[in-house]
Amino acid sequence: MRPPVLEVIGLTVEFATDRGPLRAVDGVSFRVGAGETLAVVGESGCGKSVTSLAIMGLLPPGTRLGGAVRLLGEELLGQPGRAWQGRRGRDLAMIFQEPMTSLNPAFTAGEQVAEALRLHEGLAPRAAMDRAVEMLARVRIPEAARRARQYPHQLSGGMRQRVMIAMALACRPRLLIADEPTTALDVTVQAQILALLDELKRETGTAVVLITHDLGVVADHADRVAVMYAGRIAETAPADTLFARPEHPYTVGLLGAVPAIEGGAGRLASIEGTVPDLRRPPPGCRFAPRCPFAGRDCEAQPPLAEVGAGHAAACWRAPLDRMLAA
Amino acid sequence: MGPWLLRRLGQVLPTLLILSVLIFGLQQLMPGDPALILAGEERGDPQVLAQIRAELRLDRPLPEQYLHWLGRVLVGDFGFSWRIREPVGALILAKLPVTFQLAGMAFAIALLIGVPMGVLSAVRRDRPLDWLANGIALFGISTPNFWLGIMLILLFSVELGWLPPSGYVPLTEDPLQSLATTIMPAFVLGNSIAGVLMRHTRAAMLTALSQDYVRTARAKGLPERVVVAKHALRNALIPVITLGTIEFGRLLAGAVLTEQIFTIPGFGKLIVDAVFNRDYPVVQGVVLATALIFVLLSLVADLLTMAVNPRLRTA
Ligand SMILES: Nc1ncnc2c1ncn2[C@@H]1O[C@H](COP(=O)(O)OP(=O)(O)O)[C@@H](O)[C@H]1O
Ligand code: SF4
Ligand SMILES: [Mg+2]
Repeated sequence: MRPPVLEVIGLTVEFATDRGPLRAVDGVSFRVGAGETLAVVGESGCGKSVTSLAIMGLLPPGTRLGGAVRLLGEELLGQPGRAWQGRRGRDLAMIFQEPMTSLNPAFTAGEQVAEALRLHEGLAPRAAMDRAVEMLARVRIPEAARRARQYPHQLSGGMRQRVMIAMALACRPRLLIADEPTTALDVTVQAQILALLDELKRETGTAVVLITHDLGVVADHADRVAVMYAGRIAETAPADTLFARPEHPYTVGLLGAVPAIEGGAGRLASIEGTVPDLRRPPPGCRFAPRCPFAGRDCEAQPPLAEVGAGHAAACWRAPLDRMLAA
Repeated sequence: MGPWLLRRLGQVLPTLLILSVLIFGLQQLMPGDPALILAGEERGDPQVLAQIRAELRLDRPLPEQYLHWLGRVLVGDFGFSWRIREPVGALILAKLPVTFQLAGMAFAIALLIGVPMGVLSAVRRDRPLDWLANGIALFGISTPNFWLGIMLILLFSVELGWLPPSGYVPLTEDPLQSLATTIMPAFVLGNSIAGVLMRHTRAAMLTALSQDYVRTARAKGLPERVVVAKHALRNALIPVITLGTIEFGRLLAGAVLTEQIFTIPGFGKLIVDAVFNRDYPVVQGVVLATALIFVLLSLVADLLTMAVNPRLRTA
């Protein structure tokens, strides 16, 4: 069997902070195959960005990483920084939440896309610029040749995010991580950017990790979903299954907060209580302080256990329907 | 570009005009009658004094003196030095290259030390190299120029005999000897600015390195060296250039003292002598020329900033 494009096994990330160690990611595992989109959802602060930066090898020096991150079966975590660096932009690419600040104000859009091509494909400056203009046209930037000569401040937010996508996909990476790529954009532009990502994914077979806190986006664009809570995966399932039969109380809460999935406009509304302080997480199940079903047994950490085909939940009460029926 | 330049000059001319009034007014407050000083041995003779005053228009009302002077300046005539009996314009033109050579070398030294040290200490933030660089910068900023100058003369001229302790040889006459006579004063001057530039560069680099676009550059797979030297430095240079020009101006001012220590016949020496001799036309000319140089410097700074900051070029 061919290995998946990305396989994350028991990933842990620990920061040293002034007030003690902070374990932002605690034993996260998932896999993404070619041409597949995995959505990672969860409230702000649950470790989505940290997980993606860990996969990219972009966390600040001194951060302690554990577990495994495998790209096409090859382990990245143990490798020296240099080997990882060589794969960034070529095999692994990422687009960020902040299109307004993610491009360098001192260089033109074209230069910034061409730079990746010169670096990874060894193209001469002219050829790289021609390809960059092609890429800009491919992400539907009108008048790509003229836009390529413009600086970021001359482009709108949506346009800048298109440039970021062009830059990320220029070298046809095997894996693209999109960390809330449309959160900062207005609704119409959001839809266009997500449709563009889908289309490019279909053409190139790139595996996509789509990070979002917008369940509407998940419903429309993801094959699988991993729901994160306080640095751990609470539940993972194929997208339709998750919406049809959520098994983790947290997921149920999230979905309850979505007015209409079909409308696609739902965001994670608040569930009672707040996310725990990751420096002093509750023992056992981290959702317990907010969970309506919590009991004595929840003081032990529930394993992420299979509850159906490709469907797993980290809850002592899962599958929930069995319990609710009882 | 053209209209921009005109607008800039439009801002500058009133400043220069006010400045010229100030110079003219302030020097009237200097103690000592120039006629008395110029008369020398004959200062007891009222007729000689009257004649000198008439010749130099010192007997006219102040506003008339000012307007006369301004009228001549506008046609490029800075008048004659009362003391040296030479045209002020020629004096300035003769001394300017000396000071510019000194200031230029000093600034080059400051840039070569300050900017790389600032970049390194930002990259190695809170590590031994950062502490060392900060220590060196503090030393540079807090060492008085005259003390460092004397120490250098004691070491390199008196003890080792490698460099002449004073004097000046023009670049056009003997380049090597010219460098030998200016390297110590240039180092003294540059040293103090290097520390300031280092601190500015470090701060600007720390800001740049924490920006999202630096993360993007890393995500692209660029080697850290390119991330730092291209993506971060390019942006960090914008504030450094502005501050660097201000420092260059301060360096011209600092040259006055340094030229005294090393007896270099530059601009600084010219103005100090002129003040002591109540040589008003020279004082006025030199101050006005200095003001003009500052104006030109800030123009150069703006052009450089535009060159590195596309937001200004394409607004
Ligand atoms: N460099 C860092 N040092 C310390 N804590 C960090 C750092 N980066 C992120 N964190 C913490 O890790 C947790 C997860 O953050 P993040 O992954 O950004 O959340 P999100 O799911 O909203 O993307 C947060 O509590 C955040 O404060
Ligand atoms: S394990 Fe217990 S506390 Fe945690 S989600 Fe399940 S029921 Fe709630
Ligand atoms: Mg985030």
